[in-house]
Amino acid sequence: MSEQSVFELSKPGRRGYAYPVSDVPVGQDLPAHLRRKDPPKLPELSELATVRHFSRLARMSFGVDYGLYPLGSCTMKYNPKMHNEVAALEGFARLHPLQDDDTVQGALMVMERLTASLGAITGMAGGTVQPSAGAHGEYTGLKIIRAYHLAREDHARTKMIVPVSAHGTNPASAALTGFSIVEVPTDDRGLVDTKVLETLLDETVAGIMLTNPNTLGLFERDIMKIASMVHSCGALLYYDGANMNAIMGMVRPADMGFDVVHLNLHKTFSTPHGGGGPGAGPILVTKRLLPFLPRPGIKNIGNALCMDWEERSSIGKVSGFWGNFLVLLRAYAYVLTMGCEGLREASRHAVLNANYLRARMNGMFLRPYEGLCMHEFVVSAQRFKEQYGVGALDFSKALLDRGIHPPTMYFPLIVHEALMIEPTETESLEDLDAFVTIMAELVGLASTDPDHLLRSPLHTEVRRLDEVRAAKNPSLRHCIDGMCTT
Amino acid sequence: MSKIPAELQYSKDHEWVRIDGDVLYVGITDYAQDSLGEVVYVELPPVGERFAADEEIANVESVKAASAIYNPVAGIVDTVNEELDGSPELINEDCYENHLYTLKDFDAAHVGTLLDAAGYAEFLKTLD
Repeated sequence: MSEQSVFELSKPGRRGYAYPVSDVPVGQDLPAHLRRKDPPKLPELSELATVRHFSRLARMSFGVDYGLYPLGSCTMKYNPKMHNEVAALEGFARLHPLQDDDTVQGALMVMERLTASLGAITGMAGGTVQPSAGAHGEYTGLKIIRAYHLAREDHARTKMIVPVSAHGTNPASAALTGFSIVEVPTDDRGLVDTKVLETLLDETVAGIMLTNPNTLGLFERDIMKIASMVHSCGALLYYDGANMNAIMGMVRPADMGFDVVHLNLHKTFSTPHGGGGPGAGPILVTKRLLPFLPRPGIKNIGNALCMDWEERSSIGKVSGFWGNFLVLLRAYAYVLTMGCEGLREASRHAVLNANYLRARMNGMFLRPYEGLCMHEFVVSAQRFKEQYGVGALDFSKALLDRGIHPPTMYFPLIVHEALMIEPTETESLEDLDAFVTIMAELVGLASTDPDHLLRSPLHTEVRRLDEVRAAKNPSLRHCIDGMCTT
Repeated sequence: MSKIPAELQYSKDHEWVRIDGDVLYVGITDYAQDSLGEVVYVELPPVGERFAADEEIANVESVKAASAIYNPVAGIVDTVNEELDGSPELINEDCYENHLYTLKDFDAAHVGTLLDAAGYAEFLKTLD
């Protein structure tokens, strides 16, 4: 990459701002062996050099604020800037997690009311907002399922059923919780194969993890039958909320028979997403699972709120302090500004936008499972791969040159050369049309000039990466003058 | 078209097996390596451990995905192909020359129930 780090740009003595010499004696009370002998090696740059450095980095990066970001299953919707203003309010931003309950009543109220709002949206009886990410929510939810079975002295339930099209985190979270994974296949409609599921269900099954709509963007229309089959064998249903953006205000996971839900606030509830977080993955549960929720909960003691540490069946604590509070605050701002009808409209538009793209892209790519989609749909570039050697990766790279973030590729694994497209509700008709025009251009190039796609991207700061080398010999440390990151 | 050598037996999970004296060679098929794309890491099973048929025994990681390998025939792991540790790309170069592991005390009767080359070719036609 052409941009050096701030440490490499550093020149001794350069300053952005000169502070007056301190007239307070510093560190005199510290024992000698704890005092620094040399000043810290901080980068030394002028203000202008610093501003240009970060502006150049920002120009090289991509986010939804730059252009369309149809990354399927990730719901990269636009996050209104007002949420950041709310999260920057001093009364929230300057809180310390060790403050006494009576000095943080507002923050407790935000967490309590957000939990109640998410409970209403999912139809659940209660929950916790502490998990810091979707997979953390999965782990917390699965621990609750495990605790539920163990509390009934049912020790035989060691299996978790997961569809072949599931998010990779589902089997990973189940394995981490100590379950063995049993896969259930997809039938030719792209839905859970209930005939096979029937044969898998017995007294060793603890639960099933489903996303609805599933990762093919299809609504699991047999969900009521599946729920009844699973419940009658004594197991529970876990709802992966990754695709909640398709159904807000339309159908509630509790009404579909689910017992535990996690929601990705950074997907559905419009909090910052990408760059590794911070995220938030609150979970909600039905009444019978309330005693197992992590501690502390939030208790209303008449005229005030307080942290509630009591509940002997609880799975314990799952987070340092109280979770990513400022993310929770942004999500609560979203819920309040949208309201019930607004959230329903958001899901309606998300589904409408996806179906608009699906219909307009009809004939460009093969779509392995036909019919209406929900908030996303999956197409296959397999025929281009076979005829011209151009796969999902090459289409994705060419999109980068055209100011569009690629869709999710090679997922779900059951579709060859998969491209999973989720436009979200925040894209306009013009932006959707522009995407269709670009996809049509790329489909044309695949046969007339496949080499163009294979060499793409041509205009980005970083061209095509050597992904094999990156995976085999990852360079995880950066060294300058013998100093290395750890 | 996928290469399917006539002398091997095949599982529906896209592994091939070949009997050589009293050991059984196990690898993945051309269809499997082509679907996976460039292989970057192979996790091989512990030598000496017994695995049942269809039990998860190894993992092959490519730039696209990590995929479990299901042991096609019950047996005890005799050796693993250690060359794959440093050079996992050998799987892409020639998946039939570069096996994953060998089994001893394997269920010889079960080998006969696997698909032959023609049967596997037919099976591949039912996919996609």
